[in-house]
Amino acid sequence: MSTPTKPTKKTGRPLRSLSILALLVIALASAAFVQGATAVRLGLDLRGGTSVTLQPRIAPGENGKVTNEAIDQAVSIIRQRVNSLGVAESEVTAQGSGTNRQIVIAVPGNTGRRVVELVGQTAELRFRQVLASGPGTTSVGSGASVDTGSGASVATGSGAGVDTGSTATPVNGISAAVNAKYEALDCTKLENLQGTGTDAPTETIAVCDRNGSTKYILAPAEVLGRQISKASAGLDTQAGSAWYVSLTFNGEGTTAFGALTTRVTSLPEPLNQVAIVLDGLVVSSPRINEPIPSGTAQITGSFTQLEAQDLANVLKYGALPLSFDRGEVAQVSPTLGADQLDAGLLAGIIGLTLVVLYSFLYYRGLGIVVTGSLTAAALVIYLLVLLLGENIGFTLTLAGIAGIIVAVGITADSFVVYFERIRDEIREGRSLRSAVESGWIKARHTILVADAVSIIAAALLYIFAVGGVQGFAFALGLTTLVDLLIVFIFTKPLMTLLARMDFFATGHRFSGLSQKSSGVNRQTSTVEA
Amino acid sequence: MASVKGIGGRLYSGETSFNIVGNAKRWYIISLIFTAISIGTLAISGLHLGIEFKGGSAYTFTSTTATVEQARSAVAGSGISGEVIVQKVGNDKIRVQTGSLAPAQSDAVEAALTSTFGVQVSDIDTQIIGPSWGKEITKKALYGLSAFLIVILIFLAMTFEPKMAVAAIVAVVHDVLITVGIYALVGFDVTPATVIGFLTILGYSLYDTVVVFDKVRENTRSITSSSKQTFTQATNLAVNQTLVRSINTTVIALLPVAAILFIGGALLGAGTLKDIALALFIGMFVGAYSSIFIAPPVLAYLREREPAMIALAKRVNGRGAPAVISTPAPVDLAQRRGPRNQPKRKGRK
Repeated sequence: MSTPTKPTKKTGRPLRSLSILALLVIALASAAFVQGATAVRLGLDLRGGTSVTLQPRIAPGENGKVTNEAIDQAVSIIRQRVNSLGVAESEVTAQGSGTNRQIVIAVPGNTGRRVVELVGQTAELRFRQVLASGPGTTSVGSGASVDTGSGASVATGSGAGVDTGSTATPVNGISAAVNAKYEALDCTKLENLQGTGTDAPTETIAVCDRNGSTKYILAPAEVLGRQISKASAGLDTQAGSAWYVSLTFNGEGTTAFGALTTRVTSLPEPLNQVAIVLDGLVVSSPRINEPIPSGTAQITGSFTQLEAQDLANVLKYGALPLSFDRGEVAQVSPTLGADQLDAGLLAGIIGLTLVVLYSFLYYRGLGIVVTGSLTAAALVIYLLVLLLGENIGFTLTLAGIAGIIVAVGITADSFVVYFERIRDEIREGRSLRSAVESGWIKARHTILVADAVSIIAAALLYIFAVGGVQGFAFALGLTTLVDLLIVFIFTKPLMTLLARMDFFATGHRFSGLSQKSSGVNRQTSTVEA
Repeated sequence: MASVKGIGGRLYSGETSFNIVGNAKRWYIISLIFTAISIGTLAISGLHLGIEFKGGSAYTFTSTTATVEQARSAVAGSGISGEVIVQKVGNDKIRVQTGSLAPAQSDAVEAALTSTFGVQVSDIDTQIIGPSWGKEITKKALYGLSAFLIVILIFLAMTFEPKMAVAAIVAVVHDVLITVGIYALVGFDVTPATVIGFLTILGYSLYDTVVVFDKVRENTRSITSSSKQTFTQATNLAVNQTLVRSINTTVIALLPVAAILFIGGALLGAGTLKDIALALFIGMFVGAYSSIFIAPPVLAYLREREPAMIALAKRVNGRGAPAVISTPAPVDLAQRRGPRNQPKRKGRK
């Protein structure tokens, strides 16, 4: 834009401001180039992937258990589990504080349900002796007998060993309460198959197996998951394609497991079975044929390869210190992601075009200022999003795009406030050149206060936000800040320069600053209602 | 030609003036009626909460041939109980929404959809919301709302004056109540994205009000040193002077929001974009209204009770000036809508 070089005292130094902006843009662009940030980091809703939000489950009276440390520990365990999937750019983060602290897991791509299963598991593994077992439905038999022989269960022996007397203390003293629970337990009901992960290791419990076909009474746990030092998945080629998980115990675990197997091996069915309980559900209950002092064990079940590998990983990295509920699980296919991205961009382009058109129609020549400012703002925002993505992992989500589009309105409003102020000043009888300056002084205050309100809103939204809201708030706050920058070092200096051009200074009728449009020279504008 | 910009000039000089602040009762009554309807509807029918608040699962897949009925029977065949909502979304998407499901049930629904419609599991977009999730986000939204109102109250009280802060908050509460009321009345789904929209309205409505109040403050800075205007008159002048700005801003802010609403609604059917934009679209209208018709009159009412302002009003009226700004042709309410629409009409020419 050709400009006279005559310096003016009052107007500040428009060219210097514009140069600063140019330098800033160049600096941002080269920083992006140096860091290799060439593409905006897109959120999962725009490129497809799975996100899971876990909320700590607070059992009654266990409020104190949910500490930041426990959550952080859970985060690092879950991170190891997710990394075992080998999906690049997976993220596991904790958000919020205290009991509101949540864990957010984001895994791009099509790993889908596998991730969901993998991260949500508490993975509390316990080995318990089987005291009784039976079919998974509510027993129709009379009384509180622990029927061991007739069930279509693993207990294939002839039920000789266990006292099935009506008093509920057949072996090791099963209390009436546990017996009653066992009787009532219906493993065909889904609520009993959720897996609680809260089975107290020191108690005798009544539980279901994973398939819901068998229910058990189990003795207190004798070997715990944390006594495992290694876990891996393997394929039993002899039994067809049966995948299993093999475990290696640490010293303590080896001793305990040795003692357990030695003790039960000579007992009658089903007391010679050891149930492997994961998160409150029985995975398998092998019969122990001989003492196992070697410190290794295998978990069999009808695992697929992936299930076996995932279980091995889960066990390898240990149990979570807390149980978690899935707050929200969202799976977005890459197709939908691409659709959403296109729609967001299209909406942005249409929105911007409408704003530019309106500015030209209403503000005529000043539409150039609006267009120029919005372009400059868009450039700075784009570069910032690139850089923030590279440096602090900011990802652009659909809500973020919406935030940016909405902020177009706020940005454009700064110009409207300024233009209307300039017109006010012209109405007071000032020349354009001085109106641009005195109008700026007044508009500046309004813009600062109004933008401050917008930034406060964005900051609080960010702090109190859940998930997607944060992306929106961040984008809104960022664009409002950029708006301030652009108004101060682009729009205002540009106006100062334009005011020196005859087209605007003399109030050409297309300049948007004609006397008529400011309403000063009313004689020329007859009023029709 | 009847230049809009000419009207801007006449509004500025006070030559044309809409007696907005003086007719405060009218706006109060209008707003009270709307607020009452809102609260009434909220109390009776409540909001239509999305699954994010209720807990439940949603499965969306693309199929050009699938019909809602087929999807419904497929899901029913998978053996889940409870309410199932099946909708057509956009051109070629089917969305199945169920209550809270156990993982096994969820798998069953997916299996039913994949086998019936021949889509891959990975192409089904799922959203599973735990039962306690809604409580969590509701709690956070309410915390956010309270914190926002308090911080803004302090900020405005410090930047402007306490009474402006109170008037601005009244306007904001008004906006949110009416917007939420419209949601209850029409039965739009309330999702977390909608809540984002609501919270943004707070910021936006305040932003609008701040611009008007900044002008009010300028006009009333040394008002007691002369006897030309009462506080109400000065406020009314400020409202008129910022009227063109208010309209332009609203139009400019609504254009991109309308674009999101249209694109989000037409292309994607449902989702984040549409939900945010719808809340904003409604809220921005209400916000623009309150920044002109509610916040300034409330401010004037609060300030006119100050002894200094009562004395000023006496002096102004004592000089024989009419209570309302004298204008050559005071525009009555019937014509009030004229200039609001005019910019758009002019714009299209």
